[in-house]
Amino acid sequence: MLTIDNLQAKVEDKQILRGINLQINPGEIHAIMGPNGSGKSTLANVLAGRDMYEVNGGSVEFNGQDLLDLDPEVRAREGLFLAFQYPVEIPGVNNTYFLRAAVNAVRKHHGEPELDGAQFLKFAREKAKLVELDPTLMNRSVNEGFSGGEKKRNEIFQMAVLNPKLAILDETDSGLDIDALRIVANGVNALRSPDRSFLIVTHYQRLLDYIVPDFVHVLVDGRIVKSGGKELALELEEKGYAWVEEELLAGAIA
Amino acid sequence: MSFTTDTLEQDLKTQEYKYGFITDIEADSAPPGLNEDIVRFISAKKNEPEWLLEWRLKAFAKWKTMREPKWPNVSYPPISYQDIIYYSAPKPKKVLNSLDEVDPELLATFEKLGISLDEQKRLSGVAVDAVFDSVSVVTTFKEKLSELGIIFCSFSEAVHNHPELIKQYLGSVVPYTDNYFAALNSAVFSDGSFVYIPKGVRCPMELSTYFRINALNTGQFERTLIIAEEGAYVSYLEGCTAPMRDENQLHAAVVELVAQKNGTIKYSTVQNWYPGDKEGKGGIYNFVTKRGICKGDNSKITWTQVETGSAITWKYPSCILQGDNSVGEFYSVAVTNNMQQADTGTKMVHVGKNTKSTIVSKGISAGKGQNTYRGLVKILKKATNAHNYSQCDSLLMGDRCGAHTFPYIEVQNSSARVEHEASTSKVGEDQIFYCNQRGLSSEDAVNLIVNGFCKEVFRELPMEFAVEAQKLLGISLEGSVG
Repeated sequence: MLTIDNLQAKVEDKQILRGINLQINPGEIHAIMGPNGSGKSTLANVLAGRDMYEVNGGSVEFNGQDLLDLDPEVRAREGLFLAFQYPVEIPGVNNTYFLRAAVNAVRKHHGEPELDGAQFLKFAREKAKLVELDPTLMNRSVNEGFSGGEKKRNEIFQMAVLNPKLAILDETDSGLDIDALRIVANGVNALRSPDRSFLIVTHYQRLLDYIVPDFVHVLVDGRIVKSGGKELALELEEKGYAWVEEELLAGAIA
Repeated sequence: MSFTTDTLEQDLKTQEYKYGFITDIEADSAPPGLNEDIVRFISAKKNEPEWLLEWRLKAFAKWKTMREPKWPNVSYPPISYQDIIYYSAPKPKKVLNSLDEVDPELLATFEKLGISLDEQKRLSGVAVDAVFDSVSVVTTFKEKLSELGIIFCSFSEAVHNHPELIKQYLGSVVPYTDNYFAALNSAVFSDGSFVYIPKGVRCPMELSTYFRINALNTGQFERTLIIAEEGAYVSYLEGCTAPMRDENQLHAAVVELVAQKNGTIKYSTVQNWYPGDKEGKGGIYNFVTKRGICKGDNSKITWTQVETGSAITWKYPSCILQGDNSVGEFYSVAVTNNMQQADTGTKMVHVGKNTKSTIVSKGISAGKGQNTYRGLVKILKKATNAHNYSQCDSLLMGDRCGAHTFPYIEVQNSSARVEHEASTSKVGEDQIFYCNQRGLSSEDAVNLIVNGFCKEVFRELPMEFAVEAQKLLGISLEGSVG
């Protein structure tokens, strides 16, 4: 599905990713954890193709294609989805209209017929139920005046509608109360499938109580310094990121 | 946009100038320049009654004493009024045999606008086959209107067939003394439209210049007069989303609307004149005076405009709210891209009691475009409980363009309520990236964002017009975000 090989990236003159290696197979859920400023969100954004980041080394293969060579919209149409940490408001643009345009862009890319309004609405309403999205939000402007929880839920709703191969969740849990967290997690779990993979970027362990990952990676200073199973997240929660950093330091001295 | 300066210049070169000619009534066009003889010539050409000639001459005398306004926030080289030809008979367009002969760039624009093949032919002057029989459409249309007593004809026809109405209303809303360009128009106006809706009649269809076949060659100095009698309703559409080219650089039109008691007039414009090239060469100067009077109680006038074309736009569709409880509305989208300049807005003059006005202005600037909103809200002494709501939003694309807002508010009655809101925003990279990440191209993203921005105005347009206006906006802003 996704192979990241020695990926390096910087913003302006600041090097942020210093050689990321990661292999994600179909159906797997990987969690990336790490302290603030370790490069978690940068990794998510670089994979999605945001142009404020400059990739200055390494490669990424996505389903046999050179991901870094594709424009962001092509990456999306090829099945890469990013749930934004801060979903953007687009005033005056109807949420349903926006999403139908997105779905049809993807369908067109794959040579499939576009959906008309009625077809899309039927399909979208089912997906809205999945994430317990208030149906009135579908008729509002994209994210405009949404609460923090509604915005995140809207991201998961979009994910459900767009049906991606790889979904990257960038701190989707930040700013959510426990009920919202549960709803978001239920949505993600409902979308788990043998041919869909997830990369979940989070600072806290608590999201992983609801979405159980297959692998947990710890990102420190632009590198993955430790990988393990779901229990690694619990260990991190207990001992804090300082523990990993100390361990690293000890390793370096030894 | 779709035209190169070369083609426009070519057009200018091929135009026939007939120097040394004075008052030969048989000639097709007047010599360049403006004097009393020219005004007489135009009037004679149109076989006008004496009173109209007198009116034109008075306007001309007034114009000579006036000066071109310098207050608009636009700049252009001085216009040489003595080099302009003020009359040339509408020449039949050169008929082409097939679309193959039409400028491919023009066809590409038609394609993007979703204009049908037959329509493309009509607009670009290709001989139309029998399937698209526009004449019969027009005939059926006219029959239906005349059954209801509605008059819809060219201004010249109205002068001959309904002189009493023209005499009564011409200049009653925009007097020839009003401003420099209105005076000029009054002296030399070529033709235009006349609409009269009798008492109690609701015009059953949108009236569009499209149906007025002889209006296809719109002149440089158009004059439009629309009257809605007591309880009458009319929705009038002006313009066309297809790119319009004209060899005349200066356009100075006048539009007058009169709504009697309980009458309603909706006037919608889509203006897409040639904006000039990217360096600002060529392009139309669109200096228009549009004003409506809500004469009777409970009358209503709504101006909706989508201005994407012209090198310079100078227009302020206004309402005089004379009748008690009358309502004036102004909804505007103005786009300036590349070197375009626009200074546009409205005037709402509250005279009667409980009068209400709404102003929604959306300015979009891209490239090096300069976009100015200028609006006056005036509440006169006797206008108790007048209410105005104004909203002026500007959207900037890139960092070389400009948005300016000049709201003027004059209140002489303390019971008035005047609200003004303004905002300026930029099309954000984060918005575009968000759209990209959902599979939309940057071009589609900009379209979406801009159309969202203009939504409150577009929903005031008749449905089909709104759809076309959305596409037009996308084309006007093409390539403005890399």
